[in-house]
Amino acid sequence: MTYHLTKLSVHHAGAASNTLALRELDLDIAQGEQIALIGPSGAGKTSLLHTLACALQPASGTLSILGVQPWQVASAERHALRRRLFLAPQTPPLPPRQRVVNAVLAGRLPQWSLWTAIRSLFVPLDPRAAWQALGKFNLQDKLYARVDRLSGGERQRCGMARALVSNAEIFLVDEPLSALDPTLALQTVAVLKAEAAERNATLICSLHQVEIARSSFARIIGLRDGRIVFDAAREDVNDTMIAALYHNKAASAPAFDVIEPDLDGARPRC
Amino acid sequence: MLAHGADAIPRDPAWRSRLTMTVIAVLVLWPMLVQAEFKPWILWDEQSLGATWQFLASFVPPAHSTEFLQIVAVSTWETIAMATAGMALAMLGAIPLTLLVTERLSVSRIGSGKVAPVAAAIRHGVRALLVLLRSVPELVWALLLVRIVGLGPTAGVIAIALTYCGMLGKVYAEILESSDAQACNAILNNGGGRIQALLYGALPDAAAELVSYSVYRWECAIRGSVVMGFVGAGGLGQRMDESMKMMAGSELSTMLIVFVLLVAGADAVSAMLRRRLA
Repeated sequence: MTYHLTKLSVHHAGAASNTLALRELDLDIAQGEQIALIGPSGAGKTSLLHTLACALQPASGTLSILGVQPWQVASAERHALRRRLFLAPQTPPLPPRQRVVNAVLAGRLPQWSLWTAIRSLFVPLDPRAAWQALGKFNLQDKLYARVDRLSGGERQRCGMARALVSNAEIFLVDEPLSALDPTLALQTVAVLKAEAAERNATLICSLHQVEIARSSFARIIGLRDGRIVFDAAREDVNDTMIAALYHNKAASAPAFDVIEPDLDGARPRC
Repeated sequence: MLAHGADAIPRDPAWRSRLTMTVIAVLVLWPMLVQAEFKPWILWDEQSLGATWQFLASFVPPAHSTEFLQIVAVSTWETIAMATAGMALAMLGAIPLTLLVTERLSVSRIGSGKVAPVAAAIRHGVRALLVLLRSVPELVWALLLVRIVGLGPTAGVIAIALTYCGMLGKVYAEILESSDAQACNAILNNGGGRIQALLYGALPDAAAELVSYSVYRWECAIRGSVVMGFVGAGGLGQRMDESMKMMAGSELSTMLIVFVLLVAGADAVSAMLRRRLA
């Protein structure tokens, strides 16, 4: 079992307030599953991914990852567990002044000794691995470019390439498609799925593209207000469930008031 | 057209507090000026002007005999060596201390946002050590050390190393803390080590600032080593002290020119390094 969650509640990151980001989640995920996480903005998708990555401590309930209860063991053991999973944040965490080759190879850091890491800063240790990973996302020509030369979508795919060079057993990917056009989005999802399947790694993706989630992922979890609304196989998810997941938000969203333009107010007073 | 009377725009709410702050600042500063015997008009009375003029007139032309220039060259070199060796030692101490003190690189904080008690205690201890090191001015360290290791540049080198270690450690840590947190966090979240997070997450963006601050500190170390020369730590400062006591204005002006050139040189090095790292 990759994940076993019972009655798990989590506060928002950095806020010890009473508002919970996740409320009493029960969830079981087996090794090698490919799951899409959908739900309206603010539903707790990012909090859930961070919790699954040991990057956010639950307030209550039990969490077991790969047979380890990360918050019951010592910090060093918890950190050793982090080496076995890969969290790709929504905004690619790449320093603008770093070269792409180093940014991608940073995915190898958990397996590298400190000396290897230092050596690789001077002469990239395994540029071929980075090159191949970038090739899967059509970014091969950017291998030795600097990150600040990349467009938003290219950065996002560069962050995915970093995931590919790591040898993680679990990929937790937060909205990998937000900066990509529809074609690239499909390609990217396909690459992530193929790579995860090849290593029998678990893949959990949060997505806003419901269509892609329904067409590409075998299991879909709908999250709303910190609760799991549905957790079902793709075939069992129907349009009504999707509509209900997003419905109220859309209906209760207030329309923007039309403001009469006040031309006198805009005129400079002098 | 401006609105008047009842339609008047609301008063700037910041106005009252700004006025209060100004009044308080004046009330606080005035006794300080009195205490510091701040009487700038003394500069302009007959006698001071005469003395100033005489001293300044002796500055031209700067001393330029071969013998003197040779002496200046040797002491300049001594000063640069003192500053550089002091800085190198200071960095040797400051870099590990920075790693200890930077909260951004803490592994135990991930998830809960709270640092483990032991780590927090160490961090506070190191921070206190840095405060202690830099709160004693290098001149005072030099005075103490001259009594221990005797006259000469050694005292100056150690004095710079101690004070600057404290300053560098503090500022390095602050530069790292203010760099983008995401890159560092991502590496730590995926199981990377703290030094790896520093190298691949924080340094790429903070490197230029760290280097330019270090070069600026090196420039300060050159100035500092001159000052320490006055208490017998060798170098350009000691020569300056001698010339000053003999009222040899021409020698002083030569040394001041060397001084300006040194600072300009440090500035050029800093600009060059920043350009290369940008």
